Amino acid sequence: MAITIFGLLLVTFLIARVMPIDPVLAVVGDRAPADVYEKARLDLGLDKPLWTQFAIYIAKVFTGDLGTSVLTAQKVTDDIKTVFPATLELATLGTLIGAVFGVPFGIFAATHQGRWPDQVARIVGLLGYSIPVFWLGLMGLLLFYAKLGWVAGPGRLSIAYQDFVDPITGIVMLDAALQGEWDAVRDAFSHLILPASVLGILSIAYISRMTRSFLINELQQQYVIAARVKGVPEWRVVWGHALRNAVVPLVTVIALSYMHLLEGSVLTETIFAWPGLGRYITNSLLNADMNAVLGGTLVVGAVFIAVNLFSDIIGRLADPRAR
Amino acid sequence: MQTLANKAEAPLLDIDNLKVDFHTPTGIVQAVRGLSFTLGRERLGIVGESGSGKSMTGRAILDLIPHPGVVGADRMLFRGQDLMSMDRKARRKLRGRHISMVMQDPKFSLNPVQTVGSQIAEAYRIHHKAGSREARERSLAMLEQVQIREPARVYDLYPHEVSGGMGQRVMIAMMLIAEPEILIADEPTSALDVTVQLQILKILDDLVSQRGMGLIFISHDLHLVQSFCDRVIVMYGGKVMETLPAAELADESARSRRHPYTLGLLNCLPDLDRPREKLPTLNRDPAWLA
Repeated sequence: MAITIFGLLLVTFLIARVMPIDPVLAVVGDRAPADVYEKARLDLGLDKPLWTQFAIYIAKVFTGDLGTSVLTAQKVTDDIKTVFPATLELATLGTLIGAVFGVPFGIFAATHQGRWPDQVARIVGLLGYSIPVFWLGLMGLLLFYAKLGWVAGPGRLSIAYQDFVDPITGIVMLDAALQGEWDAVRDAFSHLILPASVLGILSIAYISRMTRSFLINELQQQYVIAARVKGVPEWRVVWGHALRNAVVPLVTVIALSYMHLLEGSVLTETIFAWPGLGRYITNSLLNADMNAVLGGTLVVGAVFIAVNLFSDIIGRLADPRAR
Repeated sequence: MQTLANKAEAPLLDIDNLKVDFHTPTGIVQAVRGLSFTLGRERLGIVGESGSGKSMTGRAILDLIPHPGVVGADRMLFRGQDLMSMDRKARRKLRGRHISMVMQDPKFSLNPVQTVGSQIAEAYRIHHKAGSREARERSLAMLEQVQIREPARVYDLYPHEVSGGMGQRVMIAMMLIAEPEILIADEPTSALDVTVQLQILKILDDLVSQRGMGLIFISHDLHLVQSFCDRVIVMYGGKVMETLPAAELADESARSRRHPYTLGLLNCLPDLDRPREKLPTLNRDPAWLA
């Protein structure tokens, strides 16, 4: 764990240094006089040896200081406090949709292997994989927002509600609920559901295919035949015996899919004007705002480590051989 | 349950012209082609090479032939009841309760994420209206019957925590707890150490004779079948080559009466007191399958 985090810090730090971008220029602009440039360079500590810079960087990270973003002129930690919850709620709902639909689809396909439900699931999976997410997002907006008016448009909250909700957790729906603003909760959900579904369809495709193959693999095992010999009803053979054994790889797959969405989905966030982590990192990168990029990457890495740890723990609980 | 008189009458299993076909994209594969036999309260051995259809015969009796396979038979009666006309649900209810099977390797045939005790108890609770407490007690008693010394401790172990021999005892306990009349033992000792094999066979034999069950013992081990069974069916290519009393397998004087395939199998057995340079290869005659 500690080694992983150290490695993460080292790699992000080095990536920032080898980028062909002059961080000083990003601060002072390219028409600054030489003495101003030199002063900014000293302020950034770039005159010191690389390892000293790294040590200073680590010390700062551990005191919770990720520096200041050039682009937003705010502390990077403050920026992340607003963009990460936006991505978190999107990714969580997206993964939830993916798991709630994907797992049963996969089970259904596996138990009807080679027959028509399996073919339908295969085509749906293929579509989910191959439709570009930006196209799906635009079509979704066109149909459900512009034409049918079932959902709200881009952004996290309608302007009318924006001042009602004080950020507590940063997750708009939760904050609104905590403050008893139920109309705002509904409005926030209406904004969230379409982009989350777009991400969810991708997860459904992935999770259902994986569920199918894990379950087919388990259903071929000898212990499944033994269960049938005992006279166990088929639904219990599938849910109680085979699926129980597929839980470990399945949790890993769902966790992977969740991590993937937590990195921030730049395209989806762009189309839905969603102020999330993916868009934040991308914008910062395009503007050579290295503190922000570093901070964002660090968060993504930390989330990776945390989700991995979580799925390991579940795996250990679900499989007696791993204990 | 059934009366004694009823028990004595019809054979446990009466099978005539059993066929198992697999309809694959490249044509029909016939795994079993026209097998007929009856089983009483006896130990019936089925021997044959790999692919001779002996395992498929067991699966067909249990209605556990995998998807593209189709089972056909002129007659398949279990104690007079027609198995072919039963629906899937009725067949399932026979499994475990009346006809059961011990499989080859306990390492793979026990569910790795459930304790062995709960797997035995499950086999009991499917067929009996019993609370978890009663099922547990029954399972512990069953573990004792297969000569496991500390049933209460073993009950809570997972399959990877028990040895192969102990796993196979658990398997036998699991398959016999609902007191079936027929047990199919499909190579029950092939995955075990030679020293453990005899213990397991002894346990199996004791339980089968105590309960007056019918046993179908599927094996490729001629010595084992000869010493363990009453009657032997020799299979080749999905057909019965011959049926004979097990004792005659060892009987030198009866050799002239043997089917050439059986003779071929017997000749392939190396002998400790008569060393041989080369073991003969099996000659198979296509006419046997005609």
